Amino acid sequence: MELYNCSLEELWQRLEKGEVSSLEVTRSVFKRIAEVDETVGAYLEIDEKRALVQAEAADERRRQGQEITPVTGIPLGLKDLLSTAGLKTTCGSKMLAGYRPEYDATVVSRLREAGAVITGKLNMDEFAMGSSTENSSFKPTRNPWDLKRVPGGSSGGSTAAVASATAIATLGSDTGGSIRQPASFCGVVGMKPTYGRVSRYGLVAFASSLDQIGPVTLTVADAALLLGVIAGHDERDSTSVDLPVADYYGGLKNEIKDLRIGVPAEYFGAGLDPEVEAAVRLGCRQMAATGARFEDVSLPHTDYAVATYYLLATAEASSNLARYDGVKYGFRAEDADGLIDMYRKTRAQGFGDEVKRRIMLGTYALSAGYYDAYYRKAQQVRTLITRDFDKVFAGCDVLVAPVCPTPAFAFGEKVDDPLSMYLSDILTIPVNLAGLPAISVPCGFTKAGLPIGLQIIAKPFAEETLLKVAWHYEQMAGWSGRRPQLAGEAV
Amino acid sequence: MDYEIVIGLEVHCQLLTETKIFCGCSTHFGNPPNQNSCPVCTGMPGALPVLNRKVVDFAVRAGLATACKITPNSVFARKNYFYPDLPKGYQISQFELPICIGGHLDIEVEGEKKRIGITRIHMEEDAGKLVHPEYEHGVSYVDYNRACVPLIEIVSEPDMRSSAEAVAYLKALREIVVYLGVCDGNMEEGSFRCDANISLRRWGAPEFGTRAELKNMNSFRNVQRAIEYEVERQRDILDGGGQVVQETRLWNVDRGVSMSMRGKEEAHDYRYFPDPDLLPVVVDEVWVEDVRQKLPELPAAKRQRLVDDYAIPVVDAEVLTADRAMADYFEAVVKLFAQPKAVANWIMVELMKLINEDKISITQCPITPQGLGDLLSLIDEGVISGKIGKQVFSQMYSSANNDPRQLIEDQGLAQMSDVGELAALVDDIVAANDGKVKEYQQGKVKLFGFFVGQVMKKTKGQANPQVVNRLLKEKIG
Ligand SMILES: [Zn+2]
Repeated sequence: MELYNCSLEELWQRLEKGEVSSLEVTRSVFKRIAEVDETVGAYLEIDEKRALVQAEAADERRRQGQEITPVTGIPLGLKDLLSTAGLKTTCGSKMLAGYRPEYDATVVSRLREAGAVITGKLNMDEFAMGSSTENSSFKPTRNPWDLKRVPGGSSGGSTAAVASATAIATLGSDTGGSIRQPASFCGVVGMKPTYGRVSRYGLVAFASSLDQIGPVTLTVADAALLLGVIAGHDERDSTSVDLPVADYYGGLKNEIKDLRIGVPAEYFGAGLDPEVEAAVRLGCRQMAATGARFEDVSLPHTDYAVATYYLLATAEASSNLARYDGVKYGFRAEDADGLIDMYRKTRAQGFGDEVKRRIMLGTYALSAGYYDAYYRKAQQVRTLITRDFDKVFAGCDVLVAPVCPTPAFAFGEKVDDPLSMYLSDILTIPVNLAGLPAISVPCGFTKAGLPIGLQIIAKPFAEETLLKVAWHYEQMAGWSGRRPQLAGEAV
Repeated sequence: MDYEIVIGLEVHCQLLTETKIFCGCSTHFGNPPNQNSCPVCTGMPGALPVLNRKVVDFAVRAGLATACKITPNSVFARKNYFYPDLPKGYQISQFELPICIGGHLDIEVEGEKKRIGITRIHMEEDAGKLVHPEYEHGVSYVDYNRACVPLIEIVSEPDMRSSAEAVAYLKALREIVVYLGVCDGNMEEGSFRCDANISLRRWGAPEFGTRAELKNMNSFRNVQRAIEYEVERQRDILDGGGQVVQETRLWNVDRGVSMSMRGKEEAHDYRYFPDPDLLPVVVDEVWVEDVRQKLPELPAAKRQRLVDDYAIPVVDAEVLTADRAMADYFEAVVKLFAQPKAVANWIMVELMKLINEDKISITQCPITPQGLGDLLSLIDEGVISGKIGKQVFSQMYSSANNDPRQLIEDQGLAQMSDVGELAALVDDIVAANDGKVKEYQQGKVKLFGFFVGQVMKKTKGQANPQVVNRLLKEKIG
């Protein structure tokens, strides 16, 4: 098997045994990038030169007997909204085309300290706003399982890269499902940790109270390994929580016999694709075979989640994106007459339609006279949604549900219908509003060969339980690790 | 028509913390542009604020000193507006839940005491500074050294009824924040700045009139002038049957007028909302008590105590307590030399003259309290005269030598008080001026001065005048 096709876990073990070198693995991944990324389009920036230097450094580190981590020498890709010193960070936006940060995000410096190899920066919906990566200012990313279809979004580049083996694992960010939904579309594992588990310092903000960085990987074990490296308190992020980080990987094989699993009725409602429902129901039956107990539960405020999310997330975004004004960095309109005109033209020309739409929505929600009816009300509903989960979790350990009502859709299918695009986030958004950890694990394919994801949701900071349950399911179901057949590839 | 003047003040105090409010950059003033900056205070994508707890400490100090209630869970909010000196496109401030609420400050104008309500005190970050070089047309620069420097804004109730009250309030407030060590109080450099809300209403009217907000007054004198100008402006409008427009006006110091900056219709909708990057600021009882314990004695209390404990006049106490360090200096000297009025006089006359000339603060004064205390003791003991004392004092100041005894010795400035030695001198002089002695004894009493002068001449002015007087009296009657 080609090295690029290996899981992080396997490569870690083979590197440990000295069977392969990081340089070999890294060269293999860049060979793969050269072969298929023109077709898939996961990368916005490929950083081969520096990656090879990092790979050599990782091998040297190993030779010298220095501290080794599971990601030492492993080629990893980063969603292009993670600040990387000296490496372009565009957030998929013309507004930041050519912007080279002067500093590393905390997760990036943790990866560097751990000896990871950074392959480059991955495509995304502009400023993480979108569910298909079609909102990237630069190019589309194709779903490796069906090139006519979207990879999902906003972390579409991160999931497509893992699915097409152009990175061993990647980091994405999840504000309303932006890791889990594209992971389900691309047939890979995507995890959103508890809000506060991973530092947001250097994650270019879309909606600060919802954004969370998480791993995108081939398997649950890989997610456990990668999360172990990036998780933990960071003094630079006031919202990061100072709680001990468990040995996620070491805990995977612990028993799940007495587990209580809730199945929220609202997540199996109208609009759920029958093939998706069947695959998720089958997943539940397989998990029941381990001795876990299933229970029907209700999250009654689920219907309000999308409206709540699109008020709060856009309100925060309207403020977070105010800094892109043409003054300090990034794009500045050239034909401006005076300051106000410079602002207007810069923002009109630099942002795409979806970003402008959300800035306007959010600005409206915060405006004098509307604040109470929209922003404040949405905050109150957010509390109710969180309480729904609290109540349900009093009686069960995890929840199981679909990730997205449908499998990957075709390019252009929803671009002109933002509302239907927003509504497709209904099964992922409540988790962000409540700040919970959740994961998307492959649970089968449609007849047309499109991947389907199963979502597991856990209590705040119960990543250990979440990963353990996901791992047991994955072992039983066996859907993880499958690779799409890409055109021009030797079979 | 006669109107009641209604004034409320908003005061911004730049806090004397070493580092900025949301990052570790230095607050040091005067560094090259953008040297005190980092991803956080320049609003780089992805950077996040982390609260400097010292700022909370300072805000609580100011709150307790003005009898405010401290909010146990205060919240930072974003104030959204576009301007190039504001790197994030919003200012992190406080809105619905400020750190302090509901206090007051007592002032005195022409002997009348008055209590001015304080609505709130909140914490916020300062903005950067725009630089428009004259030699480069159409180009502007931004200096973010000041961006993210901590401020507190102290908002008063509309309780002031004259420009004199407004100035008295400002002076009292400035004195307090300087005493607390939270702000240097420098109005010219803008570390203590004030906006005034002014309106007029007919006497007895229940509602306030429409107000105008005045900005850009960088001295007490300008505050007074600007308010008076604004009162007249509004009076003219109202007398002419017109209506005051709600607007922000900029005081022009050189021309002595204010000009409209923006009207209500152009007023910003700041779209305040809680900053999701920062947690609520939790200040528990323990923290509040800790700050309370460490509060210094405030100016009004100190003034009263100086009058009570040292029996010095109120005017002296006012002069000495205008600066906390000055009062400390006074008390330190009194500990060494227990004649408070004499100490006060020396400080207010001799010492203040020198440090004012050199524009230095009392903390930079080369004469230590110990040095001054020793000097005053030497005068009191008669080792030197008061006149020589002043000479020694200025030498101590210019040479930073705090050993007056040594200075006196080195220069042989000590008074001659030895009775035997002086008596012999007096004998000589009396013997040598036989005629004058007779004249004196026949009634020409003015000649006594001549004999004293002779002794002084012989002793180069170092004879103890009291001893000389006594000896002469004994000798020639
Ligand atoms: Zn800074």
